[in-house]
Amino acid sequence: MDFLQNVDWTQLLRCFVVGGLICVIGQILIDKTKLTPARILVIFVTTGTILGGLGIYQYLVDFAGAGATVPLTGFGYNLAKGAIEAVKETGIIGAFTGGVKAAAGGIAAAVFFGYIASLISKPKMKKQ
Amino acid sequence: MTPKPLETKKDYQKYVDEKSPNSPILKNCFNAFWVGGLICSIGQIIMWYCASKGLDTALSGTVVSILLIGFSAFLTALNVFNKIGKFAGAGSLIPITGFANSIVSPAMEYKSEGYVMGVGGKMFTVAGPVLVFGISTSIIVGIVYLIFNTQSITLV
Amino acid sequence: MKKLGKQTIKFDTPPSILQTASIVGPKEANGPLAKYFDQCLDDEFWDEKTWEKAESKIIKETVNTVISKSGIPFEKIDYCFAGDLLNQCISSSFGLRELNIPFFGVFGACSTFVESLCLASVFAESCANYILCATSSHFCSAEKQFRFPLELGNQRPQSAQWTVTGAGSAIVAKCGNGPYITHITPGKIVDMGIKDANSMGAAMAPAALDTLITHFKDTGRKPSYYDVIVTGDLGYVGKEILTELAKSEGYDIKANYDDCGVLIFDKNTQDTHSGGSGCACCGSVFSGYFFKQLQDKKIKKMLLIATGALTNATTTQQGESIPGIAHAVSIEI
Repeated sequence: MDFLQNVDWTQLLRCFVVGGLICVIGQILIDKTKLTPARILVIFVTTGTILGGLGIYQYLVDFAGAGATVPLTGFGYNLAKGAIEAVKETGIIGAFTGGVKAAAGGIAAAVFFGYIASLISKPKMKKQ
Repeated sequence: MTPKPLETKKDYQKYVDEKSPNSPILKNCFNAFWVGGLICSIGQIIMWYCASKGLDTALSGTVVSILLIGFSAFLTALNVFNKIGKFAGAGSLIPITGFANSIVSPAMEYKSEGYVMGVGGKMFTVAGPVLVFGISTSIIVGIVYLIFNTQSITLV
Repeated sequence: MKKLGKQTIKFDTPPSILQTASIVGPKEANGPLAKYFDQCLDDEFWDEKTWEKAESKIIKETVNTVISKSGIPFEKIDYCFAGDLLNQCISSSFGLRELNIPFFGVFGACSTFVESLCLASVFAESCANYILCATSSHFCSAEKQFRFPLELGNQRPQSAQWTVTGAGSAIVAKCGNGPYITHITPGKIVDMGIKDANSMGAAMAPAALDTLITHFKDTGRKPSYYDVIVTGDLGYVGKEILTELAKSEGYDIKANYDDCGVLIFDKNTQDTHSGGSGCACCGSVFSGYFFKQLQDKKIKKMLLIATGALTNATTTQQGESIPGIAHAVSIEI
């Protein structure tokens, strides 16, 4: 846990604020529109991919770190970044392999943990 | 009150919108802000930890995703995530935790229809569109980059 | 039996509601009406493996309860009308498949309970002695079919309603000591173009208004004739809309009007937003609460209007609007 002694608090604050603000945008969409959660997730991932492709999202990532990469826009950014880097290496094939390759860890983890969760647990009534 | 709300469908919709209670948006945004910020900060700390172990940025990012997704899946399996989601709204939906929850929750729900067509088939009912649109957009981004990177447009 | 006005049927020898029974889930058991229900469950699964099986068990046990309470042997019951919200009404048909009573599956969404009572009373007046009516709904199976997986961490909008877990059942008899079903007013389908599946009360309120006004016009009665006018599951939003719309049409129902969806949950402590909904909302609240009030003669004349949203998950996704329906029965002692 040595790394905790060198924590850059201003960096962490930037991460907290940017991450929080991205979520606030999502919350406004939930409360002010009739969009379903699936649609909101799609809007975020697509926006992130386009902004990532245009190179704009990179500035936000440089500024806020995980505050920009953990929200779903960051997932989109990751897809776009992977696609572009792979295109640089392998051309047109890269456009097809790069995105999923970059996001493979997350997708595979979600699928695997989803399966495991369905094995060990079942839904319960919301008690609130 | 509109004098004759049932005159046309449009009038009725307007009347209903006036009658429908609004969500407590300020409270919701505040909760979304701090929970979302907190989840990102946890991600940042994991990232620094990976960096201190000598992993590069891309790999650290993947570790962050896997751990947050695992954590979210765990909380979903414990029947806790929906309570967090109800409290935090977009604060837990927008981070990668929400993506994980939207895969794990249908997997659990449709277990009753069997493991192949239930869990396997219905797992992506909520999150499938995210992958479809995210991946498709990334392919378009790659192709566009391929076409235009010879021009003087700076991309990434 | 004769027809009054446009839609209403008046019975010459009004059929009697012999007995009712209700079983509800744990959330309803924490609500203000808990003591009126025959049985309160402490687990939504009720020892079954799936929500659908649990719902079937609830309607089955409710029917068993009403039959044993009434003391009428199974074989004396002539017909059965039952329905629910699940696709092809499987809770009712699966739950009641061992009953050995001629069975009509009816669908009127959340208006099914009163729809069944209407049909049963017509049968009672014409050819049958005892007719069974039953409806059920289950929060979890309804969420799964119409909305999202239970474990999805989403927020429900303020106008959303909470599907009641439970079932209500009644036996209608040709002869009895009341309460009597004196009139029925089957409703028309009314669609005012509401598309938001989280705004069911608003989608159904125009149908309730139509049936309410038609009932008053056909019978020549006024709102003050009834001790209580009750709608099925308009919830807080729909209740307010119906009260206002009825007033603007010249029928002031504010004093004696209430809604089962409003009554069954405590809005402040149970976080059900706009109130309860589902077939079991009207079914269990009438079978549990109002029937006892009628038996105790605390209520002498009541108009029960069950409302239904005739929609499914596919039409919602295709952006169709939500047609509403409302059926009314006039119950008097």
